[in-house]
Amino acid sequence: MVKPDEVAYYKKDDLLKVDYESLPATEWMDTPVDFRRGSYIYPGKPKNLKILDLPNPREWALTDDDWKLQENWKQIILEGMAERLKKYRSFKLFMDTCVRCGACADKCHFYIGGGDPKNMPVLRAELLRSVYRKDFTTLGKVLGKLAGARELTIDVIKEWFYYFYQCTECRRCSVFCPYGIDTAEITMMGRELLGLLGLYINWSIEPVANCYRFGNHLAIPPHGLVDTLEFMLEDIEEATGIKAGLPLNKKGAEVLFIPPSGDYVAAPGIYTCMGYLLLFHDLGLDYTFSTYASEGGNFGLFTSHEMIKRLNSKIYAEAKRLGVKWILGGECGHMWRVLHQYMDTVSGPADFLEVPKSPFTGTVFENARSTKTVHIMEFFSDLIKHDKLNLDPSRNDHIRVTFHDSCNPARGMGIFEEPRYVLKSVCNNFFEMPLNTIREQTFCCGGGAGLGTDENMEMRLRGGLPRGAAVKYVQEKHGVNQLAAMCAIDRATLTTVCDYWAPGVQATGITELVANAMIFKGENKRTVNLRLEPVPGMEGDEKEGGADDE
Amino acid sequence: MAIAELGGKQIEIDEDGFIQDPNAWDEEVAKSLAGTEGVAELTEDHWKVVNYLREYYLEFNMAPMIRKLCKTTGFKLKEIYDLFPSGPAKGACKVAGLPKPTGCV
Repeated sequence: MVKPDEVAYYKKDDLLKVDYESLPATEWMDTPVDFRRGSYIYPGKPKNLKILDLPNPREWALTDDDWKLQENWKQIILEGMAERLKKYRSFKLFMDTCVRCGACADKCHFYIGGGDPKNMPVLRAELLRSVYRKDFTTLGKVLGKLAGARELTIDVIKEWFYYFYQCTECRRCSVFCPYGIDTAEITMMGRELLGLLGLYINWSIEPVANCYRFGNHLAIPPHGLVDTLEFMLEDIEEATGIKAGLPLNKKGAEVLFIPPSGDYVAAPGIYTCMGYLLLFHDLGLDYTFSTYASEGGNFGLFTSHEMIKRLNSKIYAEAKRLGVKWILGGECGHMWRVLHQYMDTVSGPADFLEVPKSPFTGTVFENARSTKTVHIMEFFSDLIKHDKLNLDPSRNDHIRVTFHDSCNPARGMGIFEEPRYVLKSVCNNFFEMPLNTIREQTFCCGGGAGLGTDENMEMRLRGGLPRGAAVKYVQEKHGVNQLAAMCAIDRATLTTVCDYWAPGVQATGITELVANAMIFKGENKRTVNLRLEPVPGMEGDEKEGGADDE
Repeated sequence: MAIAELGGKQIEIDEDGFIQDPNAWDEEVAKSLAGTEGVAELTEDHWKVVNYLREYYLEFNMAPMIRKLCKTTGFKLKEIYDLFPSGPAKGACKVAGLPKPTGCV
């Protein structure tokens, strides 16, 4: 029997019947949450909360009436709110500022794909704001419901849990807010408050617990990482004839390289990881992987500010221990939101590192003066600009590629041009999706911020609809067959989104495409790509692999 | 956390039916788990996959890359799906008593 965690459970026609028109039967404050299988995520397991020393570890289920909260749960939440309103000016500002103009209402992928009014960012924020008004504003205290205030009850807590874990913190709505309210920060605050009651989803708290102990989300121990990367080296040799090195925990290396851990184990990220290994080897980059800090991702971002700090500081502690000059970050998404907006405050200043300078071009990455961490697309685009990569884009001529701006690198660090420059340098056939679905207006994959698990499949497919529709559009118009994304969550979840909404389009990392276009020193005649699939036009004898004579 | 009867033992499982304590696993448990994944009988080919996953997990605390699983056992990905209809992660790994993977995967 097909289950709600399987794609086959959902019929496209059913999902596409979204009702934006009719008014809900009851007022939003009087509409209790409905925990429907396929639209929520399992609770954090007590063992993970214990590992992290978090409050109230216990067995519970969302569908239980009793969530087994602390006796003084209400006091905990209200004190938690008071503390955070004092500590984070942004939180206070975002609670006070909204005029409910509705500019954000139809910008959320979950609202577009699902039609649930509480997924309008304004109303999702209102779930928290209504409690703020009741307990922290005079108007709300006096006028109550008339002023949009409401009592904090167990049902409110349940509603928070459901909807704050139906937001991917992608920040698309914030782009349209005339006041610049960062709805992701409201979600983050809501999740942080829920955490005080021991309310987490396992899909984010287990990666946090793993990363805290093993340095990566997947609990890969050092010898597991070695075995995994060595296996990639075998495949690299099979595809190219090149024996690439594997620098690990190398003291005194110039650069510490940090990819997302998804790239170690999950296709198609593994091909991008093989690309890193090959390109760094060919360049002769003096770098190292670390088995202590083997993860760029930071699920602390989806948990609490304290957890952001606990995980992010591991990277900088390792950079210091190894004595590297600077850090190079791989194709991870939310890693860059943490780096650009939180790192300085939580782990900075990283003044024991040097301002990153490319050893091959002499370019100083002034933009990374504070974090000392360079994005791999900045690094590659600088190399390409200085003609340091020997590229033959015709090797990718069978690929017709479009680019998905990952929410965090796009809206969190504004990196729009570099990935496009790199893609256009390695692929002759590049096509943009419609303008209102890319760059700062990019649509989320539907599975970010810890929501990319199969038990949440209905919401993933609904949330993935706007992105999927844009992919389908370029597939039909331009014959696009690959969707490049520089984020491990994207590569995992967009594979499902494309299979469902735009079948025939494959997700890929950018570095994979760079490595497939690259003419490596000493390579064998190339007939297969890094997936060990035959490359059309290169299987025959007419053309020598590696020749760029066209 | 629910308790299920698997291989004649009372074993703790998660919401998706993955066993929680890898040490509780034995061949009888595997046979029961196979039943939950639409595998009526564990053949020699099934055991080849299950035993490799089990050994790899005990040594490395993780599931091997699917690509490595295929290369080592000699089965193509499609053949793994033929053996375990719910696939290598949700099917084969579950039968082998591995935990459900989390993170950016």
